[in-house]
Amino acid sequence: MALQTTPAASAKTTEPATRPTLLSVRNIAKNFRQNAVLRDIALEIAEGEFLTILGESGSGKTTLLRIIAGFESAASGELWMGSERLDVEPPYRRRVNTVFQNYALFPHLTVEQNVAYGLRVARRPDSEIRQRVAEALEKVKMTAHAKKKPSKISGGQQQRVALARALVNRPRLLLLDEPLSALDANLRRQMQVELKSLQREVGIAFLFVTHDQEEAMVMSDRIALLRSGELEQVATPREIYSRPATAYVAQFIGHTNLLSGEVRSGIVRCGALSWHVPLPDGPALFSLRPENIRVSTNTTSNNVRVTARVLQQAFHGATELVRAQCADGLVLVVRTASGGLAQEEVCLEFNPADAIPVRQSPARN
Amino acid sequence: MFSRRYKAVVTVPPLAWVAFFLLLPYLLMFCYSFWSLSPAQTIVHSWELTNYKNLFRKSVYWETLLRSIWIAARVMLFSLLLGYPLAYFLSFYAGKRKDLLYQMVIIPLWVSYLVRAYAWKTILGSDGVLNTFLQYVHLTNRPLDFLLYSPFAVVLTLTHIYTPFTILPIYASLEHIPRNLVEASHDLGASPVQTFWKVIFPLSIPGVVAGATFAFVLSLGDFLAPMLLGGPSGIMISNIVVTLFGAAYDWPLGAAISLGLLVIVVSLLFASERLEKKWSFS
Repeated sequence: MALQTTPAASAKTTEPATRPTLLSVRNIAKNFRQNAVLRDIALEIAEGEFLTILGESGSGKTTLLRIIAGFESAASGELWMGSERLDVEPPYRRRVNTVFQNYALFPHLTVEQNVAYGLRVARRPDSEIRQRVAEALEKVKMTAHAKKKPSKISGGQQQRVALARALVNRPRLLLLDEPLSALDANLRRQMQVELKSLQREVGIAFLFVTHDQEEAMVMSDRIALLRSGELEQVATPREIYSRPATAYVAQFIGHTNLLSGEVRSGIVRCGALSWHVPLPDGPALFSLRPENIRVSTNTTSNNVRVTARVLQQAFHGATELVRAQCADGLVLVVRTASGGLAQEEVCLEFNPADAIPVRQSPARN
Repeated sequence: MFSRRYKAVVTVPPLAWVAFFLLLPYLLMFCYSFWSLSPAQTIVHSWELTNYKNLFRKSVYWETLLRSIWIAARVMLFSLLLGYPLAYFLSFYAGKRKDLLYQMVIIPLWVSYLVRAYAWKTILGSDGVLNTFLQYVHLTNRPLDFLLYSPFAVVLTLTHIYTPFTILPIYASLEHIPRNLVEASHDLGASPVQTFWKVIFPLSIPGVVAGATFAFVLSLGDFLAPMLLGGPSGIMISNIVVTLFGAAYDWPLGAAISLGLLVIVVSLLFASERLEKKWSFS
């Protein structure tokens, strides 16, 4: 398959999914003192979508979420939900609910009272409250713990209560601020699956914040990758993995080899490697995934071929990551089937179409 | 982990201190409360309940006790009404000025109690600041006599003195409320007023109970404010105890009243501790 590898291809993926837009984030910016925390963030969240804001700590992802929830105000920009301007409303008038990082369950109220809170303050009739709370607790399998105080249940259970407390209000958008980060690894994986299927079931749009790229890949319809307050790329997990827009995205999501070369009349040279690219002359940067490099078997294909010395092999279960050094010093990471490489000298090859041109990510504070 | 010698060195002195300066005096007081006074003003070591019976039989004692409780209750109420809003403001809205304002709450505690009581005397007296001012602006044409030497003066002074004692525990409990609970409440649609009554106030109850206990217990046993500013109508139970141990030389009856007061205070402290525990969730 001949893949088009123009940088414009990645721009196309930033468009929202085909579903109608639910929330539109327009040019949101935020400063803390002199530092820009968010710069010109534009993002559309579709109805029923699972959108993840992925970024390292300090990238501004939680700040963006807090601006949408209404706990913080933006320096500039607007939030629109349909024809309703959201950013001018206080948090208690926004049809948005949040699941907090540490759950923020009210310690003086029982599980049941916590879940009923939103309906109580909205002064819904008692019979309706009872029914909806029971349904919500049923949905997160917490009915048996309804009368307990939050301190008497486990972290995973508190997590479910926090979800039920938010979902019972039938928000149009649910914000989740690293809700799984306090759980241990096994429970975390289990909750990822549960959360995803729950989202499908209720059909509410989820805006999920995490720093864990694997979690983002597993759960999201689309991922918005945030770096130092700016969006690097917004795309589906598959697109973001196979067509990273920038060097930063390529390195942040999974493993990659970043190849820096020079294009001269349609041919890129990168150390000992060279192949044809439809790019203008000048420096270019390519991302090549380790699984796209193979140990060479035949010599007839158009693949780029290079001989390398095996430096190190790291066992990863089904696959192994092998670090191999080419004659010119370039180190390539190669993913091989488990069992590893027997010989010290290997001939490696890759399809030039798998070397994705990426933009150099500018250095930011 | 530690040698026996070390353990003895650190535990014996405080235990001895408590035994000599706390338990022994209480024991003596307990004994005195059953003894009596002979007509010749000597202590008779007879074990009787006469003193306790007198406490109930003579109206001056239990009426004064009731008045003391009523004064202490009012001081408690006003301290809470004044202290809570200030503590709430300090904790939630003071921002950068928090530390400065906190210090300003504390500073009056460094000023001698006597000075503060005398200050009120000069303000409330018949030729005091307040009366002079009221006459000067022709709101009254003679000094208001209920201002000084009245239960009013005692309640006012004690409220002034003990309000910081209610602010501090309330402030501490407000500071302990995780701010994301307030955000969660807003997020779930609760207005600021609803959030206050449903989340903030319930979680500050341990502080309110501690503050109320401070104000009530400290006021109940106070004798300086009623002595300086109370007049005959503002006498409190401790003034009677002081008189009985002093001029009247009736130590047995004084001891009985003191023990009665002690029982009230200790049971209050127990009750408030249970209440605080019931409303603590961390």
